[in-house]
Amino acid sequence: MLTKRINYLFRSTKGLVLVAIAMISLVTAIWGMLSGPMVEWGVRDVVVRLLGMKLVAAEREGRIIMLYHAIAMAVVAIEVYFITGLVPMKDHQRSIINGTMTAGYLMAMIFGLTFAYFGRNFVFHGLFLLGLSLVFFAGILLASALWPWKREYYVQDPQYAHTRKRVDLERVAFFTMAVATLGSAVLGAVTGSYWGNGHETFLAEDLIREPHKTALQLAIIGHLHIMLTLIAIALTLIVGRWLDFKGLLHKIAMPLMIFGTIVITLGTWSVVPFQDIAHKIINMGSGPVLLAALFLVIYGWRKITRQRLEALGIEKPSLLQRLGALLHDPLKFGALWQMVYMNFVVTAVGIFMAIKLDEIFRVWPAREERVALTGHWHILSGIIATIILLYYADLAGLKGKARQWFGWVVIVGSDLAFAAVSVFETKRLFVSESAQQPLVNWTMLVTDAGLASVLLVLGILMVWRLVDLFRRRGRWEEEFAQSAFIAEDPTPLKRTLEEE
Amino acid sequence: MRGTLFLLILTALLTTACATTPTAPATPPPIIDTGVDPEAWALIPAGEFLFGQHEKEISIDYDYEMMVTDVTNAQYARYLNEALAAETVKVVDGQVVGYYPGDEFHGYDHEMKIEAGDWLHVPLQDPGVRVSYDGETFNASPGYENHPMVGVTWFGAKAYCDFYGWRLPTEVEWEKAARGTDGRPYPWGDEIARNNANYYSSRDLFEKIFGGLGDTTPVGFYNGKTYDGYQTLDSPSPYGLYDMAGNVWQWTGDIYEGVHYRYMRGGSKANYEYNLRVWTRNSAGPDYFSPSVGFRCVRDAAP
Repeated sequence: MLTKRINYLFRSTKGLVLVAIAMISLVTAIWGMLSGPMVEWGVRDVVVRLLGMKLVAAEREGRIIMLYHAIAMAVVAIEVYFITGLVPMKDHQRSIINGTMTAGYLMAMIFGLTFAYFGRNFVFHGLFLLGLSLVFFAGILLASALWPWKREYYVQDPQYAHTRKRVDLERVAFFTMAVATLGSAVLGAVTGSYWGNGHETFLAEDLIREPHKTALQLAIIGHLHIMLTLIAIALTLIVGRWLDFKGLLHKIAMPLMIFGTIVITLGTWSVVPFQDIAHKIINMGSGPVLLAALFLVIYGWRKITRQRLEALGIEKPSLLQRLGALLHDPLKFGALWQMVYMNFVVTAVGIFMAIKLDEIFRVWPAREERVALTGHWHILSGIIATIILLYYADLAGLKGKARQWFGWVVIVGSDLAFAAVSVFETKRLFVSESAQQPLVNWTMLVTDAGLASVLLVLGILMVWRLVDLFRRRGRWEEEFAQSAFIAEDPTPLKRTLEEE
Repeated sequence: MRGTLFLLILTALLTTACATTPTAPATPPPIIDTGVDPEAWALIPAGEFLFGQHEKEISIDYDYEMMVTDVTNAQYARYLNEALAAETVKVVDGQVVGYYPGDEFHGYDHEMKIEAGDWLHVPLQDPGVRVSYDGETFNASPGYENHPMVGVTWFGAKAYCDFYGWRLPTEVEWEKAARGTDGRPYPWGDEIARNNANYYSSRDLFEKIFGGLGDTTPVGFYNGKTYDGYQTLDSPSPYGLYDMAGNVWQWTGDIYEGVHYRYMRGGSKANYEYNLRVWTRNSAGPDYFSPSVGFRCVRDAAP
């Protein structure tokens, strides 16, 4: 029976996603103890002493970079599992991609964190790099499996975006994203290979006011921006498949997504040779991607509203009934709402910062501007995480009150926290340093309460799944017996493959 | 039941949030004599040292002296009285201003012109400033006489040093004075404890009194003495300078091509401890002021 459970955890899509979320939860639970407010409460000192961590002052930036990579690799793995579960490909391709990815992210995570936080043993650093290499190799395999110009993957149902020759444009969008991610990973890897030989560890937010940046520094700045962007793009495509995005909006959205992905990627790469125009290129690509996501939201909200009203048998709904139908499933509504909300707390703030950079943000001390920047991308990462959690909760089969509670706590808790962080990071707009303390206290309180509530329901979900694993006929067995596909609705893509 | 639970949570949130303390305390702090003389200077000998986080070998080929502590409110008030008499500064609309000849402008992205003219030195009406002006005389706020002068712009800091024939330290001079020659990350050594310096959540005496961000501590506070039951660790730099990490950021004097920013070192009472590492920089325009920013001066060593 142990073998069966291990097979479930490491060979089924849902099991693999569960393991990766559990690993991230574990890392978050431990490493979350090292920053505020745990520092103020003295928890960090206890954790450091208890676990025997070695926090050398000069190595802080390196440690943080390793931590980012450890978590990012697990997030990338989750997205890859989703993709191999949603997009048709051969069984052997799915197995080898998932297997390579799993070995890679676990090595990167375990050995990276051991190297960074428990003494600098360079054997571990080597194994960390091997893990990253395996993740990269899994990406090559994924791109290869996603190759769209194979007849077996051509679109059969005309409701889905396609070319005249019926090439599936959604598959092209996935493929483009995968190739762009591989190229963007190289941007970071090449720079990393110069570590100690012309390249020194740094955090991008510490270079914001340097008038001259080296090519290697620019490459890293481009790398980290595009990787987070591509993770968000991949997730948008995944949510689209989850909700069976199709129809006219799909046909408009997919070309926009492909074009936007290519342009944003080339724009961030061009920051190395053409720093002056890179931002203009990136903006040209961002617009189409945001529009494509907007079309997905419109489609998805219409669909879940319509389905609910049909289920209730309401033919001529009032506005309130429509609203009730839209909100009845917090998991599906929430995944799309978080994309909309991102525009308030990430895109709008980012555009405002860009427009008022010299007038406002560069008047602040660098440490204040730095807070704004780090808050900005932490929110984006947090939003990505919540969308993944909402999708996973749906996959895990949360129903009834548990589904409602989990969904709404994640949405409300995280959004309150993100709103509070947005106020905190831009506090100098409203209050001087001399009078900031009440505002700091309030925003910190709301942030901590919001994040704690999300972590609490995540913890409950994880404990539930852990307990379930010990049950003879648990949910895990049911999930293991299911098809490798995780899409809710049979899609024409799937039918095509099944017909093959 | 649900309503009760909601009310309980709401009450808990409100009571926690109400326990806030403004940064500028209404009551004066306890008067503490640290025994460290703010008029003292320390000699920094010429020679090589390890500069920055990545420890580049750099040499300073001259001896110089740096103030053992940050400039205090009492010292700055005394200076303002002298400078006002000498007409190198003036008070306009509740602000101390003075002439600055301007910077060379290179036209880089984000570079702003710093033109010749009168610039802000100290905004006397800012609640963070602990120097007051009664129309004739400047005085340090009671209880803050030996606390570092804060709310002073780079122009105000430079003017102070210039007035006495000294100057603001360069970043290189500042860092060598802070860490000596052995590459240590903090002035006193490799690690930081809560009673080494005044930083955010360091639980110092003033955080205990005022809560929240706490307050500045008197210069030389962390010298191994016990104050009202609060035990400090003796935390001078290798050359005997105090408060080179924490308490207030310190303006440095460099003006770099293509940027109008001025740079600060040392971290402050409002920052987590990683900002107190000796290589950490902060920057702002020369007219920026804050209750967490002060300065100290350097001068050439006596021949």
